[in-house]
Formats: sequence, structure tokens, C-alpha cells
Amino acid sequence: MARLNASTPWVLGLLLCVTVVLSLAMGSTSVPVWAGLRDWALGHDTAGAIIMGEIRLPRTLLAVVIGAALGFSGAALQGLLRNPLADPGLTGASQGAALGAAAVFYFGLFAWAGDAAPALAGLIGAGVALVLMLALAGSSRPAMVIMAGLAISTVTGAALAIVLNFAPNPYALQELVFWLLGSVSERGLSHLLWLMPPCLLGAVLIWRQRGLLMALSLGEQVAASMGLSLRGGSRQVVLGVALLVGASVSVAGSIGFVGLLVPHLIRPWVGHRPDRLLWPSALAGGILVCLADVCVRGLPPGRELKLGVLTSLLGAPLFIWLVWKDRKRWL
Amino acid sequence: MALIRTQHVRLGARLSDVSLTVAPGEMLGIIGPNGAGKSSLLQCLAGLLPCEGEVWLAGQPLAALPPRQRAQQLGYLPQACDSAWSLSVADIVALGRLPWSDQNRDAMQRAMTQAGVLALQGRQVDHLSGGEQARVWLARVLAGEPRVLLADEPIASLDLYHQRNVMDVLRRYAHAERAVVLALHDLSLAARYCDQLCLLDQGRVRALGSPAEVLTEAHLSAVFRVPVHVDLSASPPVILVR
Repeated sequence: MARLNASTPWVLGLLLCVTVVLSLAMGSTSVPVWAGLRDWALGHDTAGAIIMGEIRLPRTLLAVVIGAALGFSGAALQGLLRNPLADPGLTGASQGAALGAAAVFYFGLFAWAGDAAPALAGLIGAGVALVLMLALAGSSRPAMVIMAGLAISTVTGAALAIVLNFAPNPYALQELVFWLLGSVSERGLSHLLWLMPPCLLGAVLIWRQRGLLMALSLGEQVAASMGLSLRGGSRQVVLGVALLVGASVSVAGSIGFVGLLVPHLIRPWVGHRPDRLLWPSALAGGILVCLADVCVRGLPPGRELKLGVLTSLLGAPLFIWLVWKDRKRWL
Repeated sequence: MALIRTQHVRLGARLSDVSLTVAPGEMLGIIGPNGAGKSSLLQCLAGLLPCEGEVWLAGQPLAALPPRQRAQQLGYLPQACDSAWSLSVADIVALGRLPWSDQNRDAMQRAMTQAGVLALQGRQVDHLSGGEQARVWLARVLAGEPRVLLADEPIASLDLYHQRNVMDVLRRYAHAERAVVLALHDLSLAARYCDQLCLLDQGRVRALGSPAEVLTEAHLSAVFRVPVHVDLSASPPVILVR
């Protein structure tokens, strides 16, 4: 098992590389991957360079980064709450981001930002939800933070329902609903630029608290007795999770089950250690979302199945099976 | 210099005016009925509960110590412990080194040997019996090699053989110029192993001193509200409800 634990990140890294190449090669038009990437990097104006640079590379990288963000944040939140059923959306950032992006479709905010307007509004929405949640929590106890997150999620969810209810026309409603279903298509490298800073900051905040996540395995009292700051550390983890999830949702809509399921799948491969679960979960999340996007593209032409729908379709039965398998331990 | 010294420690209705001193090499047993304040006192000594009064650790005010430095000197074993995840015994014992930010294998090996869990180090903790788990939690604290070890009912779930072993381990640990403060219900073991006893009743110190001074029929009968027979001259000491 020790050898398995040590090799897990390498195996996952290799699988991620294979998945990325597969995603770059997959599409309605046959394009040589390496030649297309080289032409794009050198600024050549070939069909391969345009397809790679404008469509496949952004889509692939977004899928990987968003999957990684969701996997990483799920592993962190489950470690913080000592609960394998904790979902990163519980911080309220997910619904806040969705509401922010919905406001773009409804009110036409940030028109100057073009296609990146939903992402920008989503980030602001996630930030506002986060500030409200932290103000409401006002406590060092992780459970309290999540209670507050749930309350803010409920409020923002209700506001989102109002926006949907009073959509100015059916087309706006359709556009909004499709966006919320989650997708990485029709997005460019500019979206990646929106996504990366909050994701990096969130990952750093969480990574700094990996010792706390490990110590919390034995409970809050033991963690405090080992000289760790529960209040500050918990807030950093929650802030990191909210940044990762908020940024992901603001760019790609809601992609369900990744943050919940991936850490659950990876946990046995890292000796169940919450600190060692973070990066393998990020890698596995990237693989899962990227593979799901490849599957979406591989479906027969016609109306596209949204990525978030597919991850839920695949994730829900798998999750039910995992709960069924582990019910004696956790339920 | 005393390793632990408290002056007039108070904690709401749970503790009232507790003053005690533990010197290097000493083992202090905190005894008393359920709800007497034993766990609260240990948590105050560990810096986990904000109490009034003064707590000094090796001559320094506990409240003034940075948390990490405090954790390096004070090891705390709570009454109830469990692992949220199916961690290995070795990983749990390694947690004891967290305040030091190292993986001192010698210290971990010593701790597992002392607690009698060396053979279990590759096993997952949730696959162990309650008694084995209790020794793993103890090994975690021992791995940190703190100057003061605070243990809340460390032998509660152990059989007779392991009760004696754990008390022997704590006794030896205290002898190495460290101090052990433990809460326990077994008065015979308290009489046999502890240098000092602190008898708590409703948050107040009813008696403090050597086992002979504290474990009198008068004290115990008054605090536990049952007639008690005490024979400290027997080997091992006998303390029974009449």
C-alpha cells in the first residue's frame, strides 16, 4: 500500500496527460495535435492552429482546471468537516456565482467584458456570497461556517429562482438555464485568465492548512491541543474552497458531483490521509471533467448534452454505489 | 521549578479556585465523581478552555506561550478520541510530531514500543479493538515527547493487563524528569501509581496531597456519597465500596 500511495500522483499525472491529448485530438475535424499546437504557438495562421488555439485548447484546459478546482476543494472541505459527504457547494459560493452570472443574462451587466461577462459577474457574486457567509458564521467552528453557507445558498438560490421566474423572454431563460447546466464549450483562453488567479489563491490557502486537515482527523480538540489555529485555519480553508468553487461556477456553470465524488474515489489510494488527498483529487477531478467533456463531444451530433448534466448522470449512480458499499461505516 | 502550577483557577460553575503544583518526575492523579470537573481541569491545563486564574508551564504563563510552543511542551490525550478516516496506526502516531513539524522516526518508534502498538503500525485504526485504539491514541501523545502529559481517563477502555501496562508506561514517562497529570476513576491504581492526588468535588479541591493524605475513608465517603473501605497498607492498595 505504501508503494501505491507514493505512486498515486504519478499514475494520475500520466492519466491526465493521456486525457489531455485525447481531448485535443477529439473533434468533428481531424487535426494533427502536435502540428496544430506548434502552429498556434508560433502564431501561424493555419486551420490546425485556429482549431487548437480557439476551440480545443481552451476547452481542454478549462475542463482540466475546473475539474481540478472542484476535486481539490471537495477534498479540502471533506477534510475540514471530517465528513466524506460534504460538498464544496455548501459554502454558498457556488450559488452566489450562479446568481451573479444570471444577473448578466437578465440585466445585461458588464457588456464591456463581452463573453467573459458571466465569469466576471460570477466571481463578484461568489465574493459577495462569501463575505455574507463569513459575516453570518462569525465562529471558529467549521460546522457553523457550513450552516451559514447553507443559509446563504438558500437565499441566493431563491434569488436565482426569482431571476428565472421573471426572465425577460424565453430565449434569455433558455440561455440562462443552459449556462447553469454547466459547460466548457464556446469559451476562450480569456476565461482561463479569469479562472486562474482565484484558483491559484484558493489552492495556496488550502495547501497551507494541510496540517490542520490532517490533525482534524482526530477532532477539533486534538487539533487545538497540537497548537493549530482552528479559527484562522478553518476560515482559510473555507475561503480557499469558496474561491475555487466560485471561480469554477462563474466560468463553466454548475458541474455537479465532481467535488463530492472524486475525493471519495481517491481516498483509499492515499491511505485515507486528508493532507495527501488534495493534489491527487485535483488530478483526478481534472481527468474526470476532461473525460466527461470528451464523452459529450463524442455523442451523436444534434443538441449537445451539457457537461454538468453528464457528470451528474455518471456521478449519481456511482455515488449511490459508494454510499451503499460504505453504509456500515458512515451511516 | 514546577512543571505545572495553577493559582486560583476558575471556570464558571465547573471549576472553583483550583491551585496545585506538579514537579518534574511527578505523577498527579485527578480523582472525583462524574461531573466533578476532572476533564475541565485538564482542558484548562492544556490551554483548551479559557479559564480565570493563573496557569504556569515550566515557569512561564501558559496564556503567553505561542500555541505551537505550548503544544511541544504539553501533550493532551482526550477522554474520547476517534479518527474520522481509516488512517494507519503509523500515520496517527506521526500526528504526535505535528507540533515539531518533523517525522522523528526514533521518537515514533519509541512511542509505539512504549504503548505496545509497534506490531500494529501498518494496520488501519478502525480495524482495531477499543483497547488497541486507546493505546494508539496514547502512542500519538507519547511521540511528541512533551514535558507534561495530560491524559483524561487513559485506561477507561482497557483490560486489566493493559491498564497496568499503560500505568507503568505513564509512571516511567513521569520519572524521566517529566510530569504526568491524569484523570482516573480507579482509586486503587491511583493509590499505587500516583505521587500526588487531587480529589475534586463539584469543581472544588476537596483534598490535595499524597495518596495517604487524600484517600481517607472520610474524604471518599463524603465525596462519593457511599461508605468506602480503604486499606493502603495492602499490596496493591485496596479501596472498595462497603
